[in-house]
Amino acid sequence: MTPLAKLLEAALFASAHPIPLAELAELDPEAPLAAVTAALEELREHYNVDGHGVELVELGGGWQILTRAEYTEAIERAQLASRPQRLSAAALETLAIIAYRQPIGRAEIEEIRGVNVGGVLKSLHERGLIEVTGRSEGVGRPLQYGTTPLFLEHFALRHLQELPRADELAIALRAEPTPVE
Amino acid sequence: MADEQLTLPSPTGEAAFVVDLKAFSGPLDLLLSLIREEQLDIYDIPIARIAEQFLARIRTLGLNDAADYLEMAARLLRIKAQMLLPRGEEEAWEDPRAELVRRLLEYQQMREVVDLLERRGEERRNQFARTFVPPDAPPPPAPLALSLSELLAAVDRVLRAARRPNVHDVVSRPLNVPGAVAIIRDLLQLRARVLWTEIVNRDAEPSFVLSTLLGLLELAKLGELRVHQPKPFANVEIERDAAGEAA
Repeated sequence: MTPLAKLLEAALFASAHPIPLAELAELDPEAPLAAVTAALEELREHYNVDGHGVELVELGGGWQILTRAEYTEAIERAQLASRPQRLSAAALETLAIIAYRQPIGRAEIEEIRGVNVGGVLKSLHERGLIEVTGRSEGVGRPLQYGTTPLFLEHFALRHLQELPRADELAIALRAEPTPVE
Repeated sequence: MADEQLTLPSPTGEAAFVVDLKAFSGPLDLLLSLIREEQLDIYDIPIARIAEQFLARIRTLGLNDAADYLEMAARLLRIKAQMLLPRGEEEAWEDPRAELVRRLLEYQQMREVVDLLERRGEERRNQFARTFVPPDAPPPPAPLALSLSELLAAVDRVLRAARRPNVHDVVSRPLNVPGAVAIIRDLLQLRARVLWTEIVNRDAEPSFVLSTLLGLLELAKLGELRVHQPKPFANVEIERDAAGEAA
């Protein structure tokens, strides 16, 4: 491995969260951005080809070393680490709406889901998956919510654009339903 | 069980089909599931039938959970009623189901995103990252090593500091009796009789009031004037004493 790849590996190993490319580039001021990208690719190849127990993943706006899924059971059995709790269906639905419509207020989420979402918003906020992004100009200036970098991390997304565009979903939302004959 | 008879007879016999509403994340979810079950066209929902089924399903709900479902039930019944209204041949007919269809499609679209998030989340969940280990907290301070004399010295220092209370220094304004005497004398030269309130204003400073009082008493003692008060709390009258003046 090149010295730069080793440096990046050490930094990635030391960090608990994904490191953005810009921060990785700061590790070696001499190295141009292209070299850093190449070194990341080298490290990823190294993990994949040589058969390591970890892999290099791009997610949450940065890069992170993660253990491979096949060792999860064993690690959890040995109580070295435990998987986070799964999100409830209500939480996932609320997150999906916020991810696509952010910034969005509580009333609009409830309109789409057809149920009260106060409790769900609170718990998502506590888990750091959503944040208050401001207040809308509407009546009562209600709070507006958006997703956090932790949301991307949680779902192994590189960025929000990685989610399929609304019109790419199997059922496209039609502005006007076909008229009934 | 009498309620069950309200549902339309169906060849699949769904009356025996037990549904746990907890499995649904809301009225739209339940509605979509009914539509899928019956293999209905979402753009042409037989609203009367679906409303009946919807009502049958939510009968088991407790009141606390029912609010969201009842709102939808009311909406379905209203659409059902609107569908029964006669429509004119020529005028453009607005399908009362349009808004419901739009919401169902929107909800369905959101469910697709949920599936995607669920898949991605499950993948990520099966991988561990380095966990964040907070830096060690600073060690607690060592127990105090202190002798009795040191402690007493410290107490002494504290008491010494506390013994100098921060008190305001009040600078007393000296009474100006000679000044007041001069004023009274001047007044009595002009007039034979003066009232107390004419010398001392209502808002006069206390030092001036006292100076004037002392001056008055002084002059009365010298016999230059006489002080007279007709009744308690009445105005004090000051008169030139001709005899004293002569003296």
